[in-house]
Amino acid sequence: MSDQNTTTLQPSSEGGGATAASGQRGVRQLMGGSGVRNLGLIIALGLLIAVGAATGGSQFLSVDNMLTILRLASIIGVICIGVTFVITAGGIDLSVGSVMGLASVVASLAAVQVAATNSSWLLMVAVALAVGALAGLINGVIIAYGNVVAFIATLAMLVAARGLAELISGRSTQIVTNRDFTSVLRSNFLGVPLLVWIFLIVAAAGWFLLNRTTFGRRTVAIGGNLEATRLAGIKVKRHIVWLYVLSGVTVGIAAIMMMGRTTAGTSTHGTLYELDAIAAVVVGGTLLVGGRGTIVGTVLGVLLFSTLTNVFVQNNLDTSVQNVTKGVIIVVAVLLQQRFAVRGTRRKGAI
Amino acid sequence: MSMASDVPERLQPLLEVRNLSKSFAGVRALQGVNLEVVPGEVHCVLGQNGAGKSTLIKALSGVHQPDGGEIRWLGEPVQLTSPTDALELGIATMYQELDVVDGLNVAENIFLGHEDARAGVLRVRDAKNKARKLLARLGHEDLSPGTEVGTLSAAGKQIVSMARALSRNARLIIMDEPSAILDTGEVANLFRVIRQLTGHGIAVVYISHRLEEIDQIGNRMSVIKDGRSTASSLPVKSVSRSELVKLMTGRETSNVFPLRAPVAEGKPLLEVDGLGLAGSFRDISFSVRPGEILGLAGLVGSGRSEILETIYGARKATAGSVSVDGSRLQPGSVSAAIRAGIGLSPEERKSQGLLLDEPIYKNATLSTFARFARRGLLNERGERKAAQEQTAALQLTPADTERPARTLSGGNQQKVLLARWLIHGTRILLLDEPTRGVDVGAKAEIYALIRQLAARGVAILVVSSEIEEVIGLADRVLVLDAGRMLAVSDAKDIDEHSVLDLVLKGNSQ
Repeated sequence: MSDQNTTTLQPSSEGGGATAASGQRGVRQLMGGSGVRNLGLIIALGLLIAVGAATGGSQFLSVDNMLTILRLASIIGVICIGVTFVITAGGIDLSVGSVMGLASVVASLAAVQVAATNSSWLLMVAVALAVGALAGLINGVIIAYGNVVAFIATLAMLVAARGLAELISGRSTQIVTNRDFTSVLRSNFLGVPLLVWIFLIVAAAGWFLLNRTTFGRRTVAIGGNLEATRLAGIKVKRHIVWLYVLSGVTVGIAAIMMMGRTTAGTSTHGTLYELDAIAAVVVGGTLLVGGRGTIVGTVLGVLLFSTLTNVFVQNNLDTSVQNVTKGVIIVVAVLLQQRFAVRGTRRKGAI
Repeated sequence: MSMASDVPERLQPLLEVRNLSKSFAGVRALQGVNLEVVPGEVHCVLGQNGAGKSTLIKALSGVHQPDGGEIRWLGEPVQLTSPTDALELGIATMYQELDVVDGLNVAENIFLGHEDARAGVLRVRDAKNKARKLLARLGHEDLSPGTEVGTLSAAGKQIVSMARALSRNARLIIMDEPSAILDTGEVANLFRVIRQLTGHGIAVVYISHRLEEIDQIGNRMSVIKDGRSTASSLPVKSVSRSELVKLMTGRETSNVFPLRAPVAEGKPLLEVDGLGLAGSFRDISFSVRPGEILGLAGLVGSGRSEILETIYGARKATAGSVSVDGSRLQPGSVSAAIRAGIGLSPEERKSQGLLLDEPIYKNATLSTFARFARRGLLNERGERKAAQEQTAALQLTPADTERPARTLSGGNQQKVLLARWLIHGTRILLLDEPTRGVDVGAKAEIYALIRQLAARGVAILVVSSEIEEVIGLADRVLVLDAGRMLAVSDAKDIDEHSVLDLVLKGNSQ
């Protein structure tokens, strides 16, 4: 860096200190960083797969079944990427599930227009993204500029969006008849369903955005200490609006994927997805109070839950048993996280 | 006149601490601390930040269990395995971050945890009567038991906390830097209340780093340095200020404040004209030249911090203007102020300044990471390099910029904030309480750094609740009271007494 504005007090001595520090950095990242937590999730996932293999045998381990698990994970997974950003910044988005329902309803109605006017099915895609982004914009503005607690603002959106979706659709399911649309979304690329590819791309983009860009740095900083970030000159309110718009856009993408998978748009799409998303993100290691977020953890958290569902289905177990198990996993994961957090950087200086 | 007269000699000690030690994950926080407290005395415990005062308090209040040594209560060895143990013996602790519940009223707070109830039903009237008696014992009949504690000042909350200790029949009250959150008048009242307590035979362990208070309130004192006792139970009168500093820091004190350099004549860099903020201050006008340090002196509530925050755009001025180099700043915009070259080191470093769990380098570049970045992509290598250069120049210890900011001492956290603005190339620095929570040794270092920055042509505004610090550091001093400017004076022509005189006169008008 050679910035003319910078004033240095004294000529600095850059000795071996810098290289020693960078050597320690690597060690620290391995020992105390998110690595340990991700390792824990990978072990948990491995155990679950072992259970699946033991009870379901080769059928469980088949490529087909693995792809089923991934396909199951893909839609909620995309939503979880957006939610990870919001939670990392210390916010919450409870509206993701019902906004997804709304986006699917509006987009599938647009599909009728597509058929009538012979325009491209990409119009549907654009409509779904726009609905998601607009809902996120409204959430963000109410939270940032109206100073309404995120929990309440997005709770209101949860209720209102679901209601609006029911009003627009008349509570009936809109079948998506556009062949181009469904065939594209149900296609495979290199033997892997397009839905899974979309999830992977969104996750990779999310990782990059969170870890390598100024947008990500602002997000983490706001979650870590909003007031300090504001006083450092960062436009906090504007950034918070963008975060909810981002969450809304991922919801729009998920709505498109859902319409592709089910060939329908309905106001009941995405019911209770907000809870599944928050559970996966938190189990993944993102702190609910903000200041620390991990996309890799979120992806692992999503895979953990979808593998669990798959194992239960393979063994013909009741969904109620599955829900109880999910609840236990959430609590255990958070308890373990707190242990790690105490041993890591969160230890309060006692001296 | 001092109540701190003769030490009651022949009394049986209430508390004896012998050779106490405690380690955390291999770090020795305490390694041989001795203390003896007799009934009715105010025993001051002194030490720099990190000396082990907090660990000692926590060991005495049952939060931490010591690894070695012993604690005796009335001559008997005791094990304090929980805060409840300590309370049952009669040791109450008043922490700096007061453990009162804002949403409950005074009486409910006093009896929190040992409510008077019959079959689970609270006896509200009894509680209020008892609370009134306890408050009267502290000389505070003016506090109504039904008042919601959230509406009280920090001083009022302390009184509630002390009444709670009395309600538990405490015989020893540990006070962790109680004056840190009070202004001068409130401190005088605190001392009056402490004398009421000791008059009833209650012992007080008083933790502070304000040396001038020790003379006023203390009977005996003990000093801790690096987890060891360097002095135990000495009469306060027998130790001079300079000896005390030496016991605390292990070195001689020279002149703490660096010499002033003459300020070059020139055009003002920062001009504040008729600035006002409704409900806080009004009609503030001054200008600062490059290389000049202007101090704002005044009591808590005089509007000092608010003025800095308004100049910085963190609050939106309701009157007047702020100009840098002759061009007016957009009111209420932090980013406009920063662009114009203004930087703020806020009063509360931890809650307003730092991301405690993030590495030092990210804290140092919090205002500039976007400038290092190219098209939104972070340049962490550039950030690390700049942070290492600046923190090395500021002699940050430890020098590792990858450590979380939480692990730094107060003085070093202050240096990280200075580094942030140095990296930015700030020309006007607003320093709100730059040495709060900074220990004696590091204070002199911070003063020298501030002077060096001024010598480089940075215009500096300093706010401090220690009037001595404002006068020692600044070239000119602006005296404030209740949001009004009382006087602007050359720092050489003014001392602590004349500032207080001005403020008192201002009040009587």
